[in-house]
Amino acid sequence: MNPERVDLPIETMDLQMGPSHPATHGTIKFNLKLEGEKVLDCDVEVGYLHRGFAKSCEQATWTQVIPYTDRLNYASPVINNVGYALAVEKLIGVETTPRCQFIRVIMSELARIFDHLTCCGMTASELGAITAGFYMIEGRELIMRIVETVTGARLTVTYVRIGGVKHDLPFGFAEQVERAFRIVRKLLSDCDRLLSRNRIFLDRMAGIGAISRETAIAYGLTGPILRSTGVNYDVRKAHPYLVYDQLDFEIPLGTKGDDYDRFVVRIQELEQSMRIVEQALKKIPPGPVTIEDPSIVLPEKERVYGSIEGLMNHFKIIIEGIKVPPGEVYFAVEGGNGELGFYLVSDGGGRPYRVRVRPPCFIAMSAFSEMIKGRMLADIIPTFGMINMIGGECDR
Amino acid sequence: MAEDSPTLQYLKERLADGILDTHAFRGDQTIVVRRERLCETFRTFRDDPKLAFNFLTDITAVDYLGKREPRFEVVYHLYSMPRGERLRVKVPVPEADPVVDSLTPLWKGANWLEREVWDMFGIRFLGHPDLRRILLYEEFQGHPLRKDYPVNLWQPLVPEREVAGTFVDERSRNKLTRLKQKLAPGG
Repeated sequence: MNPERVDLPIETMDLQMGPSHPATHGTIKFNLKLEGEKVLDCDVEVGYLHRGFAKSCEQATWTQVIPYTDRLNYASPVINNVGYALAVEKLIGVETTPRCQFIRVIMSELARIFDHLTCCGMTASELGAITAGFYMIEGRELIMRIVETVTGARLTVTYVRIGGVKHDLPFGFAEQVERAFRIVRKLLSDCDRLLSRNRIFLDRMAGIGAISRETAIAYGLTGPILRSTGVNYDVRKAHPYLVYDQLDFEIPLGTKGDDYDRFVVRIQELEQSMRIVEQALKKIPPGPVTIEDPSIVLPEKERVYGSIEGLMNHFKIIIEGIKVPPGEVYFAVEGGNGELGFYLVSDGGGRPYRVRVRPPCFIAMSAFSEMIKGRMLADIIPTFGMINMIGGECDR
Repeated sequence: MAEDSPTLQYLKERLADGILDTHAFRGDQTIVVRRERLCETFRTFRDDPKLAFNFLTDITAVDYLGKREPRFEVVYHLYSMPRGERLRVKVPVPEADPVVDSLTPLWKGANWLEREVWDMFGIRFLGHPDLRRILLYEEFQGHPLRKDYPVNLWQPLVPEREVAGTFVDERSRNKLTRLKQKLAPGG
């Protein structure tokens, strides 16, 4: 280096990145203080997608909340449905049928695959690896088709009901899943060869956005971000719900807590989720998919039109809502981004008194400025991508 | 009422006078604590090796307008990673003085969660380093998750904020001003 090199005076600069920025998927604004390209301070502004989820839920009946939950984390809508339904069932004190529990697990894991493929694919393509991005989007499309076959919708699925699911799995579901997984596995191995030892990708990801184990716990981070630091906390293992305790799967852990570890944890979770689905499909028992309780579950249409009891049950649930005993519960499931908790308060009426979602990516975004401080402007892209902020869930 | 769990029994001994009530509904252990010296109470939860609630899961609030007195309850969900146990802590807050201690000295994650409670319920957190609105904008009137906030209230659009250091294109601004003058009645 030239010994007579003189450092040019650098002025600090304020830069507002977003709310609509081509490299950040999601509506969010970073108010940055820069020194050259170095980030001195980063103030994150969220809330652009706030639509009053909690307030809307207080106006709806317990059942009518389910479509609202679709719009929380729209990369894994079924997990939101399942989390909410399980919380309400805990409040009522009922448990669904064994077949329904397996269906919920299968659909949740498909949603997780969908979520992780979206997250990893988008981040890869934002870093320039368009090919890998498209490979993952192709895999995502296959999963999306399965979800569409089962639920009739691609994104706003509203598949789960309190006390069950909307309807059983379609004919030929297992074969469709098997076919899709075969292709997804092939695509993932291609992506592995494209990315895992790719110099550019590693330089952009490894060591970037690193966070220590203690800091991650202090911020309340969960999901792949927490596990990338080596903390073994997954709600599916720590507090098994549904039939996760009957299935054999592992929790991939990282060591450094940087963006690359988060990426690897997600990619490995994809394989584990596929394993869970395959096992669940082998073990799934026959039987009804909803519980037999006319005060919770809507009767079949034949009974509504053919008998006075059916008509009355239907009317009561639609107009007054399910009667949920007064009380409060907190129930958490493992969402795509971490612990997705529902805190419900009931006053005994047909409508929730308070619905609170513990949004994993909102909490992860609060640690963002700590992750990015002192790093380069360009590091925002992979770090933000690996947080996987989903506006619908972050801003509610 | 059923027998208290070991954690609740221990808490009753440990914090005897600070506890207002304990209960367990559907397996969720809940304790209601006094608002005074809240930060110390939570420090006990976190640092007592027998409790070790080292993970702050969530902070939220509930508005019991006309149902309970005091009106608000701030609800904390704690989790103990070493012991795999959850605890719900509730703090009653009166309407006349909606202030509680901030937990930001104990958990950094409390920062945004408390900002959200302030934004939605108008409960202030004493000692919070940066208590601004988070999901809504500064000009918003009221706190929407309070039960007396009407569901269908429309708030007026707010004028664009002047941001210091923003690049201003003088030529197009002058052009716009001239156009406005031209279009104005009598212009």
